[in-house]
Amino acid sequence: MNTFYFIAFLSIFFSILVISAKNPVHSILYLILTFFTFTIHYILLNAQFLAIVNFIVYMGAILVLFLYTLMLMNLNKESEPVKANFIKIAAVIGGGCFLVTVVASIKALGASPAVILKDPNLGLVKNLGKVLFNEYLLPFEVSSILLLSAMVGAILLATKDPKTV
Amino acid sequence: MENITNTIQTIPLNEYILLSAIIFSIGVIGVLIRRNAIVIFMSVELMLNSVNLLLTAFSIYHGDASGQVFVFFIIALAAAEVAVGLAIIVMVYRNTNSIDINVLNRLKW
Repeated sequence: MNTFYFIAFLSIFFSILVISAKNPVHSILYLILTFFTFTIHYILLNAQFLAIVNFIVYMGAILVLFLYTLMLMNLNKESEPVKANFIKIAAVIGGGCFLVTVVASIKALGASPAVILKDPNLGLVKNLGKVLFNEYLLPFEVSSILLLSAMVGAILLATKDPKTV
Repeated sequence: MENITNTIQTIPLNEYILLSAIIFSIGVIGVLIRRNAIVIFMSVELMLNSVNLLLTAFSIYHGDASGQVFVFFIIALAAAEVAVGLAIIVMVYRNTNSIDINVLNRLKW
């Protein structure tokens, strides 16, 4: 039980550091730590497949893509653009209002039952694979088309136009 | 394995909703206060991850594997979104030599 609260505290702490770090590279490194705490949350929930996928796809692929793009841009300017203070205060108040609304609506629900793992095999690869390829076969195939079109689109957008250069 | 699964037995569902709401709000605030386009993208990733965690918690709570399959689809979608979004950012940087989103305000009208 204490493990959950400690990891939850680390998640919140690192995600605050992500948005408050001045240097974007530091932001990305804190984001890696945040995603690592999310992986630990998945392990605590016994969702082993999602823990591995989160580890490989988010921490491996997506964050390397972020870091690579940032290195490619060579942003060694003296300062990164900063918003005016009153906009920051307004943004924090707006986000805080959102949080207060959600928390108040949770409190209105009253007592909450504990999260109990009824079936220990729920998050394992075998069980999820059966559900994925029986009930969700069409969305699975559609997502492959999505990934293909995203790949083509990314290459199309990022390559230089030979006529204009 | 039994030890790990026993640790979650006493955590109320509200704690997971609270954690996800806090991290989602941090993502919203990050989108609003930063002007660096890459950091804004990272805040969007933070919001997606908090929703993933909440879907997983509800999936465990109801004993239904569909929630975790949805998380799988969201992760695939996030990968596609990041690839296209970063390509757009690279293109913007090549045209304006900056990734400040306030440079892009000619799309405003």
